[in-house]
Amino acid sequence: MRGPPLAELRERRRTHLRRPLLGCAVLSCVLAIGGQTLASSAAESADESAAFDELLKLLAERRHEHVTFTEVQQLAILDRPLHSSGELLYDAPERLEKRTLAPRREDLVLEHGMLSVERDHHRRSVALRDFPQAVPFVESLRATLAGDRAALTRYFTVQFSGPLGGWTLELTPIDATLKRSVQHIVITGETDRIRTVQIRQSDGDTSTLTIGAEVVP
Amino acid sequence: MTRAGTTATLIWALTALIAAIIAIRARYTADLSAFLPRRASATQSLLVEQLREGPAAHLIIAAIAGADAETRAAVSQRMALRLRTDPAFLAIDNGNEAQLERDRQLLFEHRYLLSPRVSPQRFTAGGLHAAIGAALDVLASSAGPLVKPLFLRDPTLETLAIIESLDASHARRTAAGVWSSPDGTRALMLARTRASGADIDGQQAACAALESSFAAAIAALPPTRRAALTFIMSGPPVLAVASRATIKSQVWRLSGLSAACIALLLLAVYRSLPVLLLTLVPVASGALAGVAAVAVGFSVVHGITLGFGVTLIGESVDYAIYRFIQRSGDFRRSVWPTIRLGVLTSICGFAALLPSAFPGLSQLGLYSIAGLTAAALVTRFVLPEWLPRAIRIRDLTAVGGYLERLLARLRVARSALLLLALIAATLLYLHRGALWSRELNALSPLPAADMQLDEQLRAAAGAPDTGYIVAVAAGDREAALAAADAVGARLTPLVERGMIGGFDSPTRFLPSLAAQEARRRSLPPAAVLRARLDEALRGLPLTTAKLEPFVRDVEQAREAPPLRQADLAGSSLGLLVDVLLVKGAAGWSALLPVSARDSADLPSAAVAQVRSAVASASVGAELLDLKGEADRLYSGYLSEAVRLAVGGFIGIVLLLFVALRSAARAARVVAPLALSVLTVAALFAALGHALTILHVVGMLLIVAVGSNYALFFDRAATHPGEGSLPLTLASLVLANLATVIAFGVLASSSVPVLADLGSTVAPGTLLALLFAAMLAPPVTRSTVKADLG
Repeated sequence: MRGPPLAELRERRRTHLRRPLLGCAVLSCVLAIGGQTLASSAAESADESAAFDELLKLLAERRHEHVTFTEVQQLAILDRPLHSSGELLYDAPERLEKRTLAPRREDLVLEHGMLSVERDHHRRSVALRDFPQAVPFVESLRATLAGDRAALTRYFTVQFSGPLGGWTLELTPIDATLKRSVQHIVITGETDRIRTVQIRQSDGDTSTLTIGAEVVP
Repeated sequence: MTRAGTTATLIWALTALIAAIIAIRARYTADLSAFLPRRASATQSLLVEQLREGPAAHLIIAAIAGADAETRAAVSQRMALRLRTDPAFLAIDNGNEAQLERDRQLLFEHRYLLSPRVSPQRFTAGGLHAAIGAALDVLASSAGPLVKPLFLRDPTLETLAIIESLDASHARRTAAGVWSSPDGTRALMLARTRASGADIDGQQAACAALESSFAAAIAALPPTRRAALTFIMSGPPVLAVASRATIKSQVWRLSGLSAACIALLLLAVYRSLPVLLLTLVPVASGALAGVAAVAVGFSVVHGITLGFGVTLIGESVDYAIYRFIQRSGDFRRSVWPTIRLGVLTSICGFAALLPSAFPGLSQLGLYSIAGLTAAALVTRFVLPEWLPRAIRIRDLTAVGGYLERLLARLRVARSALLLLALIAATLLYLHRGALWSRELNALSPLPAADMQLDEQLRAAAGAPDTGYIVAVAAGDREAALAAADAVGARLTPLVERGMIGGFDSPTRFLPSLAAQEARRRSLPPAAVLRARLDEALRGLPLTTAKLEPFVRDVEQAREAPPLRQADLAGSSLGLLVDVLLVKGAAGWSALLPVSARDSADLPSAAVAQVRSAVASASVGAELLDLKGEADRLYSGYLSEAVRLAVGGFIGIVLLLFVALRSAARAARVVAPLALSVLTVAALFAALGHALTILHVVGMLLIVAVGSNYALFFDRAATHPGEGSLPLTLASLVLANLATVIAFGVLASSSVPVLADLGSTVAPGTLLALLFAAMLAPPVTRSTVKADLG
């Protein structure tokens, strides 16, 4: 005799309503991840190509990162921009954490392909592979860390402009679904340090993440 | 044929005809109802109702495995498309986007009636300032892109509040656009059948529809990919259908097999086809009478009762064997009284089962009483009339003589029986703690593999089989919802304190009308809202003008009719409400499943807290521990069965005492039976096989069948002139062989309940014969020569 009536109740309790929320979380997280670590180029000149190669190499060499960030979001529906701030932690090659401290605490962790969001003492996890729209971003991260230019250019049209002392990467999604939400991502940096990550959404809203000082443990 | 014989035959034919008609028209079932009590407490009846008619009884979990995620998803979508038009199903849920969209739409549309945060305070200037301020923080977070499109219509984020009020369990995993198991190897689908738990034909049709939709969905695929895909399903309907099929096939196969074996044995002994056929007449008559009696006495005949029918072959065939082998000159005077007492003894034993609250057991009692009575009466009154004049049966006197000498040698070892009794009693005493299996699962007709599959799929679907549920009973739907709200209010603090992981309630998606009305009244009219927003938005990056869509939506919500259960139809939310809010025989019940924080089991401290929280709501709610309740139910049956069996045994002792008019003789008849029951029980204990209710029934059968043996030995000792001892011995051995065959076949069954019964009775009756022979007082050899007639 099996199956007390709870069976179905429990089934239904796992509502999928939360999924879009997480989907968005994934998206913004991977955007942040992309900003933090990736660089790629279909460089035009030989110099820039060499500089981009150098950049990939340098980024791949960084094993650990713990920095502060501030983020400014310009939304059309609001009269003034939204500010938030916190810390970013990165451990090569698998773990990235975005810890927002103000105005509202939120902890976003990407590790081994699982993304979890903790807010108000509730932690929720999803597997990244459930969100094919996010996979190119993750793949770009992996590819960048591995110095795999071919994989990067599979997901983005990449524009690199040097020099290495002050570079800019412009990533435009190739995937049509992603293009509907993200217009492009612009990352700036100096040698192996990323300075800003700007995401321009297709509706014109932007968010700019600025990397601050290194956090000394 | 004599005049009396003609009358007997006529009565037999007429009775058989009526019984056949009753048996053909009877309702047969293989659902769980046989295991459900006839008299139940309120908790038990809720449990029973849930098991038979409840939402879980409608639920099939299906999984598609093999190939890649895209192929599985495509198959799932094609299946769902077809199944959604099938009237056999109320709902098909494969987690596709369209369905999610419908759910989101419903929540958004009715957010001001559904959100637990809507209160008059929230819509004051201060409340709005706080709510919108918090909403802006969410907008800045990773959830921002989600809430942004809705923000101007829902700036207090009521939609989010509803979503977050849901139990904080893991979200479903989706792969390639359909619901997938957490390990990503299977596409999952939930199908809710229209047929209830009691309608197994309907459920069988639903299972078949699922299978054929899978076959149709993969038909378009290339053969190699088709071969890679497998389809599995489980859930109460699937298990019920499988149970019935198993019982059905086992009943037919086993009855057929044991009948064939016994027929061969008898043919070998009798060497006469007519006599063999005549032997089977009482058996068939008994089986027919048994079914007809159960059909009349109970509204339905349970499949498992038919399974027990096999057991009747074992005993009823004995009567004819005694009749034919013990060719006594006067059957009526020498053999019949013994058989009659044997039948009465058996009836006495089985009558003890009649008052059982466990319908399966009382059906068995009635079946056996009717069957044995019919078989004995046919043997006595009908069979003699049909005997051909020139019948020739092999004379077994020689065999009997050999048996008699063997018996004499065995009797030497009779003192060893005392030792055996001691050993058995010691073994039972040593294993007394683990003697009984108190889990209801022990009675399931299904093999363990099916159970494992069910557990696997349940785990994959995120529906572990844990069962704590707060049941709220009320007279009508509204009262049930209001009471659920009251209970929910008491449970929420437990969630906040981390005592329990969470709970569900139908009121999350269908608040009581009173709660909806209260929320509606919290909403200010447009002009008032605008004025409050002017004040609330000071210092925030928003203006009242921008929030005009919000003002409009609030105004609309003030006018909208309340949300009814019917409005949720076709959505997952509707399905959830249908599950959690059920109309029973005695009114409405709201169900609030309680989940543990981490593990699948609720710690006992949490159970106690929930219990007291539920009690403090004082709305007639009760925490049910479903698995515990089911096991308690079974445990109750078990204790009852043991009590009844002991009662039956005492009844038999009394009957024998009265019939034999001698305590010594009664004791000599009872001793071998008691000893064989003791030995068999000790054997099971020594082998570590926990005893179930079926073993108890088996022990009763040992006594019923074995009493015949002991009575014949008693007759041989006390009336040496009646019947021939060698022939009596031969007939007893033959009868016992037939019984051992019938129950030995049963012991080979894959249905645990039948196997339990068989493995108890086969060795038990063998031992009963042996012990009866050893304990019988020696007799002077009788030389009465007899012939048939």
